[in-house]
Amino acid sequence: MAAADDSVPAPRAGRPEVSGQTPAAQPRARIVLAEVSRREDRAERTRAELAEQTRVGDALVRGLVRAQFALALRLSLVVAIGLGGLPWLFAVAPAVGRVTVLGVNLPWLLLGVASFPFLIAVGWAYVRLAERNEQDFTDLVQRPER
Amino acid sequence: MGNGFVVPAIVAVTLVTVGIGFYGLRLARTTSDFLVASRAVSPTWNAAAIGGEYLSAASFLGVAGLILKYGVDVLWYPVGFAAGYLALLLFVAAPLRRSGAFTLPDFCELRLGSRRLRTLATVFVIFIGWLYLVPQLQGAGLTLATVTGSPYPLGALLVAVVVTANVALGGMRAITFVQAFQYWLKLTALAVPAIFLALQWQADARPAVTPPDGPTFRTATTVVVEHRATLTLPDGRIQEVRPGDELSFAAGDPVPEVSGVATDAADWLLPSTAGDDDRGLFATYSLILATFLGTMGLPHVLVRFYTNPDGAAARRTTLVVLALVGAFYLLPTIYGVLGRIYTPQLLVTGQTDAVVVLLPGAALGDGTTGRLLAALVAAGAFAAFLSTSSGLLTSVAGVISTDVLGRGSVRGFQLATVIAGGVPAVLALNLAGLDVSQVVGLAFAVAASSFCPLLVLGIWWRGLTDLGAAAGILVGGGAAVGAVLVTVFGPPLSGWPATLTAQPAAWTVPLAFTVMVAVSVATRRRAPADVGATMLRLHAPEALRL
Repeated sequence: MAAADDSVPAPRAGRPEVSGQTPAAQPRARIVLAEVSRREDRAERTRAELAEQTRVGDALVRGLVRAQFALALRLSLVVAIGLGGLPWLFAVAPAVGRVTVLGVNLPWLLLGVASFPFLIAVGWAYVRLAERNEQDFTDLVQRPER
Repeated sequence: MGNGFVVPAIVAVTLVTVGIGFYGLRLARTTSDFLVASRAVSPTWNAAAIGGEYLSAASFLGVAGLILKYGVDVLWYPVGFAAGYLALLLFVAAPLRRSGAFTLPDFCELRLGSRRLRTLATVFVIFIGWLYLVPQLQGAGLTLATVTGSPYPLGALLVAVVVTANVALGGMRAITFVQAFQYWLKLTALAVPAIFLALQWQADARPAVTPPDGPTFRTATTVVVEHRATLTLPDGRIQEVRPGDELSFAAGDPVPEVSGVATDAADWLLPSTAGDDDRGLFATYSLILATFLGTMGLPHVLVRFYTNPDGAAARRTTLVVLALVGAFYLLPTIYGVLGRIYTPQLLVTGQTDAVVVLLPGAALGDGTTGRLLAALVAAGAFAAFLSTSSGLLTSVAGVISTDVLGRGSVRGFQLATVIAGGVPAVLALNLAGLDVSQVVGLAFAVAASSFCPLLVLGIWWRGLTDLGAAAGILVGGGAAVGAVLVTVFGPPLSGWPATLTAQPAAWTVPLAFTVMVAVSVATRRRAPADVGATMLRLHAPEALRL
């Protein structure tokens, strides 16, 4: 746990952007931190904000959780449409099922072969993007002036 | 049958499993070593171990059997089994690892601070674990009976005893090495014969998988019926067959139509279409939902994430698992398809789960190659039973030892292992004749309707309360359990009731989510006060060193 720097009071007044009930989106949080950043030992300060569950820290975490959840939802939507649409497609347009590629019916190729690289590609994209979200969050906390 | 290589191959797999187990035992010194391998497992080993543990009898035998029997519609099983890891990666992997929870009951207590919820989760972990263990033991009995002619209970008991002893003595540390080894064994055991089978199919001048007149017997075959069925013979006569009946067919005879099996080429080859049967579409979506969302709720899957050093590693491990599992699932389809050509008698006997084991011998003949490959497949099948049962048993025993017996000692864990292994062994001896993949599918449905909402809402939604979680698990999971019990023990149903109970996920999963959210909103005062701190712990990157 980072040392809680109690001697530096968090400037709570005059910051309507960050209210605990309606968490601010990330850009707003950045403005707030620009104020904090004028103080010394900014990174420690922000860490303490996180650890102590101040409104600033809380807003930061809410922003991260929201970004990660939105990312997961977006990618699951890609899968829901890409794979989940197939049974419906085959059902309403039986002709699609009769199309053959290299002598194999299309549904067999799509489900038996193509679906696996597709899933892996989505997973790979998620890992990259989720790590980027976390990197942004870490940067925000450690170098709040940026 | 009469293949001299099979028994040595199975014995070798079993001995290696036990051997690595004892090697691991020498390394295991503390209770922590026993349960979580001291978290000293490298990501590559861990990913292979997760893959090894996950690819069960249902994947190794069941998927190919289902494809042989039902055709393209059941390709959703392998797709869903793999996609489950994507859902796990997207919604659960990193936060769950950061939570520090070792089991699902741990997660309940950690997130919602409720002992009673913990108990409820324990009950579900044990139920799902046993439901998943039974088909593994069944598969073992079936395989041993098929390849050596031994009585069915022998294989089931053999696997139950080996696994129980191994887990009780070696614990998780040993299991990690065993599982990683077994992933590669299983992949090899399906991939190598698949290459030979494909070459043989080429050499046989590529016989059509769906000949216009339906499947035919390539050689003179005598079929011993295993399940009661109604056959429609080529001349239109209808014949009722019962277990034990013998039917003889000459080479070139068409395979009779079997009730409930997609013998007709179009049924097998083409996806079910709208209009004629909406139940088919409902069942497909239900299956997709169960497998996509059920994986994250399987007890033996979650335990593994604790062995990752941090959240980012958990994510990367999951991605590697997805790739490993995806590569594996390319193979069962080949067996299911070629089974239409080389082992059509399985459609009549009903033992389609045996296709993977029988196909090398049937296609490649009785030469040394055919026998060696048949032995390799049998060894792979045993690896599948041993590894999945070990993983399941470790997690069920872990939960029983900490939550039911209330002891954290090594001896308590050993006692719990014996309890956890004994019950499914008894069940497996008394329940035969269920499709391996179907029972596993039901376990997925229960997991998807109980633990999936708990994990997803618990990780992403601050408003979840202990009462909401309990109500969701009881209503959604309870409905799924009810459907399972009706399917397994109830009277035979037909029409919509049959579909709704055989593939319950499409209604039980939304039900669980709805109840969990609604009750949580109604009891929002009970939301834990420290939810902010928990959220920080679940989602903040370790790089911050908070």
